[in-house]
Amino acid sequence: MPKPVLFVTRRLPASIEAQAQQDYQARLTPSDVAITDLLTQAEGADAVLCCPGDTLDSKAIAALPASVKVIGTFSVGYDHIDIAAAKARGIRVCNTPDVLSVATAECAMLLILAAARRAGEGERLVRAGKWDGWAPTQLMGTQVSGRRLGIFGMGRIGREIARMARGFGMEIHYRDMTRLPPDLEQGAIFHDNDDSFLPLCQVLSLNAPGGDGTRHWLNEARIGKLPMGSVVVNAARGTLVDDGALIAALRSGQIAAAGLDVYNGEPRLHADYLTLENVVLLPHLGSATTETRDAMGRIVLSGIGAILAGETPSNLVV
Amino acid sequence: MKPRLVLACLTTTDVVARARADFDSIVLDGPDDMTVPEVTAAAKSLKAEAILFTNTLPLDAAAIAGLPPSVRVGATSSVGYDHIDVPAAKARGLVVTNTPGVLTECTADHAMMLMLAAARRGAEYDRIMRQGWRRRIGQGELLGVRVTGKRVGILGMGRIGQAFAQRARGFDMKIMYHGRTRLPPELEQGAEYFSDFHAMLPHCDFLSIHAPGGAATDKIVDAKALSLLPDGAVLVNVARGTLIDEDALLDALTSGKLFAAGLDVFRAEPDYDLRFAPLENVVLSPHVGSASKETRDAMGFRALDNIVAVLAGRPAIDPLWKD
Repeated sequence: MPKPVLFVTRRLPASIEAQAQQDYQARLTPSDVAITDLLTQAEGADAVLCCPGDTLDSKAIAALPASVKVIGTFSVGYDHIDIAAAKARGIRVCNTPDVLSVATAECAMLLILAAARRAGEGERLVRAGKWDGWAPTQLMGTQVSGRRLGIFGMGRIGREIARMARGFGMEIHYRDMTRLPPDLEQGAIFHDNDDSFLPLCQVLSLNAPGGDGTRHWLNEARIGKLPMGSVVVNAARGTLVDDGALIAALRSGQIAAAGLDVYNGEPRLHADYLTLENVVLLPHLGSATTETRDAMGRIVLSGIGAILAGETPSNLVV
Repeated sequence: MKPRLVLACLTTTDVVARARADFDSIVLDGPDDMTVPEVTAAAKSLKAEAILFTNTLPLDAAAIAGLPPSVRVGATSSVGYDHIDVPAAKARGLVVTNTPGVLTECTADHAMMLMLAAARRGAEYDRIMRQGWRRRIGQGELLGVRVTGKRVGILGMGRIGQAFAQRARGFDMKIMYHGRTRLPPELEQGAEYFSDFHAMLPHCDFLSIHAPGGAATDKIVDAKALSLLPDGAVLVNVARGTLIDEDALLDALTSGKLFAAGLDVFRAEPDYDLRFAPLENVVLSPHVGSASKETRDAMGFRALDNIVAVLAGRPAIDPLWKD
C-alpha cells in the first residue's frame, strides 16, 4: 500500500520534516508562504498539516481538494480552523494538546517575572551603554514572590503555571466556568465571578481559549477592578485583550507592567505597544523550544496517521 | 539626643524619611553615592556615630583608618561585603553589619527570570517585536531551550541559592550544588551535593551562581570550568561579576559552547565589558537583583535597625563577624 500523501503548509523542525518524509509521501514546502497560495498544491493529498496563522475558514475549507480527509494543526489552539465547516465536509481535525503546556507555562512565568522586574528596560539601558550607576528608584520593580496570582482559565497550561508559581510562594486564585477537583486544584482558590476574582489579582495571567466567548475579556471595566499597579500577562490568545484599554492602563499606571506573547492581528500588533517601556513583548513563541516543537510534530503526525488508518486518536478535535 | 548618622548612599524615600526622623543625619544630596573623602568629611563634621552605605563605597583599610573615632558602626545595605576590609574593621573596633535575608526572595526571583529569559530567548524576542515583527517565524526557527525537567547546578547554596532551588523545584528540575560544606538534609531538600565544583559541571544543563565574591572565588568560572559544562548549557549570574572570567565567557557564548547566559553582575560596574552588548544570546540587567520597592525598603530599614541596636549598646542583628 502506498504511503498517504501529506501536504505541509510551513517549514517544520528538521527532525519532524524527516519523520514526515518517512511516514508519508510528504509534500514539504521550502518556505513559510501564506496558505492561500498553496491550497491548489494540496490536490491529491490525503491530509494537510497546517499551522496557526493559516486561516482555514469555511471558504478555505470549501476550496480544499476532495482528496483531503484530515487537517492536522501544529498547535493546541484551533480557532484558525472553521471546525463546523470541516465537520460538514467530513474532514477530521487533530491538534497537539498537552505537549506544549509546559513550554507555554514557562513562557507565561518568564513574562510575569520579566514584566514585574522591568527586564526589557534594564536590557535596553545596559545594551545602549547607558548604565551609569545605581539610583534609588532606578528600575525598581514589583516583587513576584509572595504575591497573589490570578489565573483566568485553569486548563492544563494554567495549572502548570500554578505549579511553577508555588515555587515562588505565590497564593493562587483562578477564575473558570467550573471548579476543578481538589487533586487538580492543589489549593488554588476558585472564583465563579469577576468581582471576587479581579481585585485580588496582583498578577493576572490570561490562559483561556480564544474565540467569541472571550473576545476582549480584559477590557476597561475589568482592568478597573484590578488592584492598582498589577502585572498582566497573556500567553494564550491576543483576542482576550482589548488593546486600547490595556495600553491606557499601562500609561496611567493602573497596570504597572504587562508581558505579551500574543496579539490581536498577529503578526501585526497595536503600534503603541512598541514604544511602551513597561511591556515585555514576545512574538508568539510560547511553545518555541526544540523539545516541545519536536513533541508537537510527533503527536500531530501520529494523529493524522491514526485517522487515515481509521482509528480515533486522543488528539482528535472533530 | 538623637544618634548621628551619615546616609552615604541613595536609597528609597521611605528609608530617607526614617533616617531623617530618627537620627541627626547628613543625607547625601548629590546624584551619586558619597565617595570615601565625602563620607570622611561628613562623619567628621557631624561627629557621626554611624554610616549607612552600600557596595559603591570601598571601605578598605585606608578608608577605615580615615574615619573619625566617633564612628562606631558601619551598616552596608547589601548582603555582599567584598567592598569591606573586614580585618581592618575588626582591628579598628568598627562594628560592620549587612542585610542578609531580606533580599533573598527578590534575588532568587531575578535569577529565575534570567534563567528563563536566557533559555527562552526573551531579550532577543523582545528586540524582534520592537522592530515591528512583521514576518512569520517558522516552526523550527528561533527555538529556545526548555527549562522544565532539566538539571541545574547551583554554585553557592546559601540563602539565595536555596531560595533559587525552591523555585527550580516548581519546574521539576534536578538540583545539584557545590559549596564549601554540605547542607543538612532539611535544607538540602533532596539536592545532590558535590564537594568538587568541577565534578558537578558535566551534569549541569543550567548553572546558576550564588556564591560570594572575593579572592577565594575570583574567576572560579573560567575557561576550564566552562569547557566541562555540556554543550548548549545556560549560565546565570546574580552574585558577583568577579566569579567569572569574562574573556572565557565571551568565548563560550560566541563559540556556541553555551546556548545563552543571563547576567546581572559584571567584573566592572557600571562600566561593564561592552563586548557583551552586541550578543544576541545574553540577557543583561544592571545589577538589579534586589531592585523591588519592597526589598530596597527592607534592606534600608534593616541597616537602620542594625545601627540602632549597636548604638543602644545591644548586639548587632547582622554582624559580619561574631567576637
